[in-house]
Amino acid sequence: MFEFLLRMGDTTLVLGHRVSEWCGHSPVLEEDIALANIALDMIGQTRMWLGLAGEVEGQGRDADALAFRRDAWDFRNLLLVERPNRDFGHTLMRQFLFDLWHHERLSDLCLSEDDRVAGIAAKCVKEADYHLERSKDLIIRLGDGSAESHQKMQAALEALWPYVGEMFSDDTLDSEMSEAGIAPLPSSQRPRFDKALNTTLALATLTRPENDFAQLGGRSGTHTEDLGHMLATMQFLQRAYPDARW
Amino acid sequence: MANDWPLWEIFIRGQHGLSHRHVGSLHAPDAEMAVLNARDVYTRRNEGVSIWVVKSEDVTASAPSRKGPMFDPSNDKTYRHPTFFDIPDEVGSM
Repeated sequence: MFEFLLRMGDTTLVLGHRVSEWCGHSPVLEEDIALANIALDMIGQTRMWLGLAGEVEGQGRDADALAFRRDAWDFRNLLLVERPNRDFGHTLMRQFLFDLWHHERLSDLCLSEDDRVAGIAAKCVKEADYHLERSKDLIIRLGDGSAESHQKMQAALEALWPYVGEMFSDDTLDSEMSEAGIAPLPSSQRPRFDKALNTTLALATLTRPENDFAQLGGRSGTHTEDLGHMLATMQFLQRAYPDARW
Repeated sequence: MANDWPLWEIFIRGQHGLSHRHVGSLHAPDAEMAVLNARDVYTRRNEGVSIWVVKSEDVTASAPSRKGPMFDPSNDKTYRHPTFFDIPDEVGSM
């Protein structure tokens, strides 16, 4: 259960931090505000998932301790969300692929037999619904936009595609969660994801990559180098000045 | 980049029963994105239940220089400002 909650909370934490890196740097003011809002939503969701994780663990660690006092190999986030922002197209494509998965995942978790999980999911799913609407609209407009925006979105899709499979890969923990009625197998979401993805890509005039090779490991603690760099920045203050307050 | 996008005037209805009020303006590539941007810029703290967006160029405004001819005459005519009637208590607030 603790590991399952880390998978949810670490994924929203890492994406929230990644998106927050745009704050003050977005191409336009309106996008800057929208991205900051999304980042805040992600951090808010993280507080709930990691807060519950700390409770379940029972070692006295709260959400902050879990976020700021663990190393990369203890993180259980999806690899997709630790991918660097690169250009705006990459950021939006990452957000769209994540939102599509996230919305389905939370919808399923609303039916969890664990009331605490269902409760958190019910709060998060409304935000996820909005995030998906926004990222989908942007993917369609940029994919079906100018020649340059189309080319950038297609390049982003191809670069991020190897990280899509991990969202739907099952392992022994997933089987346990599924048997306990806490969370359905991730693989059970794939048909719905594919259907929605194909619809949006068609409207965006983007081509779905054919090679379904999937990079795995994030959910069991094997991360890319980029996560370490991100954590070094994110955790610096609490590491240098433990329990600092302001 | 933002200069390529048209400007939109944003109207938000605070609660059911109140009319939409102008709250500001923002840039967006089209009307649907303007609604989403307005949600993010103006309604994150429970400010509204409904959003209207109108292209700024579609708004026809009165000219500030015409303020006198347009609005002053009404002040001369006291009968347009019926403040001298006694309103019965039963009527309540008007």
